[in-house]
Parts: sequence; C-alpha cells; structure tokens
Amino acid sequence: MLTFTPKGIYCPYADVYIDPWRGVDRAIVTHAHSDHARGGSRQYLATPVTKALMHARMGIDLNIEAVGYGEPITINGVRFSLHPAGHIPGSAQVHVEHKGEVWVATGDYKRQEDGISTPFEPVRCHTLITECTFGLPIYRWKEPREVFAELNAWWRGNAANGICSVISAYSLGKAQRVMTGVDRSIGPILVHGAVANMNTVLQECGLELPRWEHITKDTPKERFRNALVITPGSALDTTWANRMKPFSSAMASGWMQLRGWRRRANIEKGFVLSDHADWDGLLHTVRESGAERVIATHGYTDLFSQYLRSVGSDAAAETTEFVGEAGADLQEGTRSVDPPGRPATPAE
Amino acid sequence: MNREAALFDQLDATTSTTAKVDALATYFREADDADKLWVIALLSGRRPKRPVTSTQLRRWAAEVSGIPDWLFEASYHVVGDFAETVTHIATLEERITKRLSEWVRYVEDLKDLPEEDKATRVKAAWAGLEGMELFVFNKIITGGFRIGVSQKVMVKGLSKATGVGDDVLAHRLMGNWSPHGSSFEELVFGANAGDDHSRPYPFYLAYGIEGPEGTAAGAGLNDLLPLGDPREWQAEHKWDGIRGQVIMRGGQRFLWSRGEELVTDKYPELAALRDALPNGTVLDGEILAWKDDAALPFAELQKRIGRKSVGKKLLADVPVIFMAYDVMEHEGEDIRQRPLSERRQRLEALVAAARHPALALSPTLPFRTWEEIVAHREHARSSSIEGLMLKRLNSTYEVGRRRGDWWKWKVDPLRIDAVLTFSMQGHGRRADLYTDHTFGLWHNGELVTFAKAYSGLTDAEMKEVDAFVKKNTLERFGPVRQVKAELVFEIAFEGISASTRHKSGVAVRFPRIARWRKDKKAEDANTLDDLKSMIR
Ligand SMILES: [Zn+2]
Ligand SMILES: [Zn+2]
Repeated sequence: MLTFTPKGIYCPYADVYIDPWRGVDRAIVTHAHSDHARGGSRQYLATPVTKALMHARMGIDLNIEAVGYGEPITINGVRFSLHPAGHIPGSAQVHVEHKGEVWVATGDYKRQEDGISTPFEPVRCHTLITECTFGLPIYRWKEPREVFAELNAWWRGNAANGICSVISAYSLGKAQRVMTGVDRSIGPILVHGAVANMNTVLQECGLELPRWEHITKDTPKERFRNALVITPGSALDTTWANRMKPFSSAMASGWMQLRGWRRRANIEKGFVLSDHADWDGLLHTVRESGAERVIATHGYTDLFSQYLRSVGSDAAAETTEFVGEAGADLQEGTRSVDPPGRPATPAE
Repeated sequence: MNREAALFDQLDATTSTTAKVDALATYFREADDADKLWVIALLSGRRPKRPVTSTQLRRWAAEVSGIPDWLFEASYHVVGDFAETVTHIATLEERITKRLSEWVRYVEDLKDLPEEDKATRVKAAWAGLEGMELFVFNKIITGGFRIGVSQKVMVKGLSKATGVGDDVLAHRLMGNWSPHGSSFEELVFGANAGDDHSRPYPFYLAYGIEGPEGTAAGAGLNDLLPLGDPREWQAEHKWDGIRGQVIMRGGQRFLWSRGEELVTDKYPELAALRDALPNGTVLDGEILAWKDDAALPFAELQKRIGRKSVGKKLLADVPVIFMAYDVMEHEGEDIRQRPLSERRQRLEALVAAARHPALALSPTLPFRTWEEIVAHREHARSSSIEGLMLKRLNSTYEVGRRRGDWWKWKVDPLRIDAVLTFSMQGHGRRADLYTDHTFGLWHNGELVTFAKAYSGLTDAEMKEVDAFVKKNTLERFGPVRQVKAELVFEIAFEGISASTRHKSGVAVRFPRIARWRKDKKAEDANTLDDLKSMIR
C-alpha cells in the first residue's frame, strides 16, 4: 500500500506521497522540520500548526490544506488520517487505510511528554513504518524532570557568577521545549532571531510560552549576565555571540548522550534532551501498534530491524532521504547548520 | 565516589586547561588521602590488576541488558568505548554508595573468586551505580582511564594544591609505586623517596621538524636553517624500537619502557648488563631486536612486546640489545642539567668500559652543513631506522615534550596506490558514516588486503566515500560492507617488512590515506609485488 520510491514514501492507490523530498502533485507532511517539509509540490496536506509553520518557513503561497488530528480524508478510496506524534508542535503520524488494511508512517516521534506538543497517540496497524534515529540500546533517556534540574543548576551557577548561559537547540521544537521546562525565576530568556520567528508563529497558533526577548543590536550587555540565551548552534561560533562573553556553552540534544559527541561538539555542557523516541520508546511503540510487519527508516535502520527480526518480528530496513541515513540529526552535533542571522533550518 | 564523579564531570565539561587544573587542585585540597591516591594513580595510567577478561564483561553486559551479543558489539562500535557502552546499557536498580578507594578494593577482591561470584558482583555494581560513577567503576575494571586530562595537567593541579613543583612531582609519580605501598604524603612530599631504586626519570621527547604543510614529509633545508649554526648540533639516527631506560642502582637492574612500564623481566638478555654497568647509572636509549650485527624489523620486536615470559626459541630468534643515546644519572648523581656534550662523553666511556654485546652506542653522524643533514636523512631508512634526531650540544635533559633543543625528522613515508575493498562505520560522531576502510592490492587478478586506514580524508571527501559505500555495497557482514572495486587511494606508511602473520605476506606501519586518486581506475592501482619490492 505504501512503497519507497526515489521521491519518497508513496501510496499508488491515492497517488499521494508522505514527506516527499522532490516536488510531487500531492504530499502529506508529517511535521515542519526541513528534512520532512520540502518545497516544490503542488498541493500539501498537514495539521493546522504544521501549515502555519510551513507558511512561515517556506512562503505564504504554498497550497496547504489543513486537517486536524483524527479527521479522516478519503482520496481515491484510500482513507488517510493524522495522529499526534509528540515530536514537535503540529507533528503527526499518518494512518493509511485501504480495503481493511492499515499502515502507519510515524514520521519523527517521541514518547516523553514535552509540555508543548500534543502527546503521542498509539495507533494500531498491520504495517508500521517507524523512524529509529536513536534505535540502539545505548540511547535511553532520563526523565526530562532530571535533565531540567541539571540545566537549571547550570544556569543558576552561571548566573550567580555573572556568566551568560548559552544553549544551542533547534529553533523549532527544542528551543520552545527548553523555554517551557526551565526555572524562569533564575533570569531572563533571550533568543536568537531564528528562535524568535518560530516562537511568534507558535504563539499565533495558540501555544503558551514564557516571556522571551529577541536579541537585537540594542540589547544591553548587562542583560546577558544572568540570562539564558537560546540559539541555533550555528550562531555560537560567530561574532554574534561575542557580546555575550563571558558565557558557558551547552547543547540540548539526544546525541549528547555520548561523550564523544559532547567533546566533538566543542561545548562545555551537554544535556540529553531529545525529541525522538529512545530505544525503549521505539520498542514500546512497535509492540503497541500490534503491527505484523515493521519497516525502519531514518537512523540505525539496519541494526534496529535486525534486532526486531531476532525477537521474531517481520522487519526490514529502508533507506530514505531524510538527509541521508541520519544526516540531519548528525548535523545537530556539529555547528555548521546555518549561517547566523537567517532562520535556522530545523532539521531534527 | 560522588566527589570523584563530580570532578570527572567538571573535567569533562571544560576544554580550558586552567579550569581543569583548578578543578583538580580543589579536589586535591579537599578529598580524602586514600581516594586522592587513586585519582593520581588512575590519571597516570595505573589501575588494579584486571580481575576479569573483556570476553566475560561483554557476556555479562549482554546478559543484564537482555540484548543479543551482536547488538552489544554494534552498540560498542558506535560508542567506541566499552566502559561507556555498559554505562548506557545498564539500568540502576538500587543505589550503592561507596568511596573510590572502596570501589577499587571491590574490584581487586574479585581476583580470587570463582567466575560465578565475579559475575554476581560485577552485575550488582552495574545495578547500583549510574552516570559518571558507573563510568568510573567500569574504567577501574577495564583500564584505559582517559578523561580528557593528561598526566601533565593532573600534575599541575596536584602542584597547585600542594606547592610541590611540577617537575619534581612528575619525577616522583614515575616508577613503581602503587596506592597500596605508598601514602599520599610519601608520594607527593617525597618522604622515603630515596628507597625506590627502580624509579625512572621522565623521558625527554622531541618535536618533529615540520615543513610548510605541517608534516615532516614536506620539510627540507629551509626548515633546518632556523636551528642556527650546524656546529652547535649533534645528529643521530632515529631508531624504530621501544624507548627504554636502563637503571642500575643498589646492585639491582631495572628496565623501563616509555609507556612507563617496568619491563625488566621481559628482556632477560639485558640482565647481564648488571655486571657491565656501575651502580648509580641510568641510561636512555632504544630496545631493538638485533641479530648478526643488524636490526630486525619492528614487526619482529613486536613478538616480544606482548609476552610476559619469553621462551628459548623466541629468545634465539629475536634477541634484543639496548642502543644507548644518553645518560641521566652517573656515579649516583642526577646529571640531567649538564650539557649533552658532557653527557655524551660520559656515555661513550660507560659503553666502552662495559664492552657488552647487548649494550650498543647510538653512533653520531658526521656533518658540517645542513645540506649534509638533508643528505643523511635521505638514507636514513632501514628496518630499524625511521629518520634522524637532531640535538643541541649544550642541551639539558628536559622533562616531557619540549620545543627547541631536540628535534626528530622522520623520513618521507612510503606510498602506494590501493583499491578500497571494505568499509566499516566509524565511532562516535561518525557512527553512521563509513569511515574505517580496508585497502587491497592486485595479485593474480584479485585484490589482497594489505592495510586498514581511517584517517587522511577531508570531511567532504569522507561524506563522498560514505555515499559511495552505501550505493555500491556488494555484501554486508554486520557493520562491515564489501564494496565494488572502484575507488583508488594513495596509502602512505612508515615502515615495511615481510610478515607471515599477514595474508599479504607484508606488514606496514602506520598506514593512512594520503590522498584520493580520483584520476585512477581500480585497474591502475599497484600490485602486491610492487609493495613487496619496497622491502629492503
Ligand atoms: Zn523532525
Ligand atoms: Zn526527521
């Protein structure tokens, strides 16, 4: 019912693609991260929040039809519906039903609640296409509460010493999650322009965020001393960050789990905070779906599907172009994502 | 152990040397003596005797995590560090609180237990610790305690906390001490230090002469000129053996190797030096495999390195000598502050008086101009020579790697064009990129593996090769993929010798990718015979 083609995941009965990476006639978009929401298609289908984010990121003239979670849409006898994926605001899994057979493509998802996205909703299916960005048993997340306690301690310690706390996080999703999770009594939250853009769109969609300030040329230097600055990583190595000195740098990402990554990212503190499911979350999801067949994309696909087979599932690996096998997510750890000043490419 | 965990977290979280030194100094001022001793020991490469094998540890880790062995191996491959892999895979059940020195004892006490009990206790620790504490525990068991802190930085922190100079501390921390036999007081403040006859001096290490590209290969006459007047310099061969230190004190002989290992018993043929050298002598030199007046290739010496005890046959096949090039202690006096010219005279006299077949003198090379040095280097390649050493005649014997008075200048690497045959995913950041490559040379229409290499490409090239591997996989073997024979790379390496242990019949040293030969097709790559013709 769904096949993997050079343009993306395809439903031939309905002539619809899911997150295509080339221009097509009709596309369903799971969420607004740039490796999933790409331009060039004639007609898009997405949740209202994803629609708003896509317009902000890719232009107002895109033809996007908004569909709420759970609202069915029938195309050529194939019934599609979107269900919360818990990855970022607006993110969705795609439920596809044709003549009693059900497939679900998860898109990116996580099982932890993040305080800003509609929590993941388990959906039963015959075939599950799951992402597995963190599909190895070394990736198991701590409770976000514990991570935020570490993050607050770091911020508080810096603030007490007049050192600015600069955290690099994806401008869409991670940035708002960090803002929402921290202890706001410590100091002001200042954000890079790329984060400010995303904040504004999400607030217009009805998301409540704590007070934040957009950093401009006029932001007084003293303002930084006890501040938490949220920025895409790319801006950290540029002159843009000079005014914040002295500062301590940190990164919030699932990749911070590994010491090697933390060292290579050239930051002082790594906080393990991911918007993807961890090992246990992936296995839990596969089990809950009741799927007879699992197709792994996006990450450690070979190893994850090999493991599923070893425990008796019918599983296979598929290569997708969600920026190579884990390309977009790999870039999260380097800093060469985007030049400063422009909105960052949120690619998780 | 939470104090140490906090220290290591701090050390991990900063790239600034000053901040590391400060964190260590604070720790050394505040922590308990017994724990401090172990921190010094661990950060200077000492650890309790390994009570379990890595095979056992892997099996137990797979057992507690409930995952198949191959998945543990694949995870290990991604993380790149066993201790860290277990840290991520284990699950905390009930926290156990112990001090660092108690955890070390816990590990040491495993030694005499039956395997079952070892497993129970190791698994109990895995269920009782998490995060950095668990990581430290695993490092105590497995060794290789690397935490972004060199011994030098640790010594600086200790010096700051105690007021004892860092050169003095560096010397005191060398040698055969263990936290069991010494107290913090004795170790750091040198009480009873004179008792340890085996204590070596820190080695003086040379920097490499570099050309405009930052490598020895591009260096030439112009890079020697800044050294000044050639008459102020001494030239020798750079020997390709094991850096060693022979110590004669109190009627006893000790042999140290550069990894700071006491290797006296591994090289019994050097035992006879006891009668040939006077008491109160410490020599610096190279342990070389040597037979019939000529050096044997390093690959031969390697057979001796791993062995604890040496059989008669190996002793006869691969005998060693000590090629001396400096003297640090003479007539019981530390003479490292005297000029090299004087130390060299004393060394020559010592070696001449010893007249022992296992003790040789590294000859100095005659030269008057830097042009002659360039010419010497061109001929400085053999099975046991890998270049030249240039030392200033009035240089003192320094501690560690210092710039200025001692320089090494390696010969240009050997090069050959080979075909990419297999690739494996890298570690850590490169976890999803195929970056560990195997290369083959033609022989009877087939590609025979001759080297593995993973460094030398730019990030962009690395991605390009990764894409090629993913598109051109012929077969998968776990994390390894066999690829279509298409890409040609120039592989550089330092030494070459015949080897029966390698399928190609050839062993090369330090292979790395010199450049991608996009101008060549697979069939243009070199043959195994081309490689063999490089053996001299
Ligand atoms: Zn995403
Ligand atoms: Zn994605």
